[in-house]
Amino acid sequence: MTLTLGHYLTLGAMLFAIAVMGIFLNRKNLIVLLMAIELMLLAVNLNFVAFSYFLGDMHGQVFVFFILTVAAAESAIGLAILVILFRNRSNINVDQLDTLKG
Amino acid sequence: MDVKTAFFYLFSLVLVYAALRVVTARNPVHAVLHLMLAFSQAAAIWLLLEAEFLAITLVLVYLGAVMVLFLFVVMMLDIKIDQLRQSFWRHFPLAAMLGAVVVLEMAAVLLAGFRVSEAPLVAQQIGVEVEVSNTQSLGLLLYTQYVYPIQVAAVILLVAMVAAIALTLRQRKDSKAIDPGLQVRVKASERLQVVQVAATQVAERPASQENPT
Repeated sequence: MTLTLGHYLTLGAMLFAIAVMGIFLNRKNLIVLLMAIELMLLAVNLNFVAFSYFLGDMHGQVFVFFILTVAAAESAIGLAILVILFRNRSNINVDQLDTLKG
Repeated sequence: MDVKTAFFYLFSLVLVYAALRVVTARNPVHAVLHLMLAFSQAAAIWLLLEAEFLAITLVLVYLGAVMVLFLFVVMMLDIKIDQLRQSFWRHFPLAAMLGAVVVLEMAAVLLAGFRVSEAPLVAQQIGVEVEVSNTQSLGLLLYTQYVYPIQVAAVILLVAMVAAIALTLRQRKDSKAIDPGLQVRVKASERLQVVQVAATQVAERPASQENPT
């Protein structure tokens, strides 16, 4: 039994599904939501690397490089926003973030 | 089952377990630690896929920097866990159903549709020597074809750094320190004020002494 592209794609799909589950389960905890988003990005990157390997195309890995860059920037700014949110409201409960009623 | 397949299943099992613990952990610190475990397993899987540079980048950048940032933030915030976990299991049936549907659908499509097992030689396709490392071929692409995107990525990182610092920087209110910029910028006119004062007049003599006749 050898590894096929389908194995890696299925693993990526499972990771993505777990991350979606995590967003549903931890709807109140903002920091776990950020971690679930990181897991989603990891699943997407896994797909990119798998396709890059099995199709013999290096451009997929270049794309993963840029995704890593943007994800690092996103988590840095997201955590900064989380810190000032906690400083202003002294909790990170998503349900109470209803000042901007829409 | 060869060694590579065995390692793939080992890493996948640990990865899926760690991901499940990330989303179900009660303590956010445990969630971050399991996320670190998940990223390290993903790096190992990328090594199986011969993406060595990206695997090392994942370990250095993600485990070394981003996850430590997460850990610091989680430890600094005083989170009341009980309040956040109130309705945790209420959403569980919906979430589990959704996750199962996503996995089944994608597995049905992917396992049937992507039976590619032989990896073509990357080096032969792009027409360079076979003995070129992953890092070298990635670098060749990054610094020739993707020169402008990589500079845009650098600008994005710079903007993120400036934004994160600017958002969280807080001046102490009881600090007596003076901004050096203000001190250097000061002009003489702000320090020294020249007031026009009328010259002192000669006192008038009393009326009785004015005409001594």
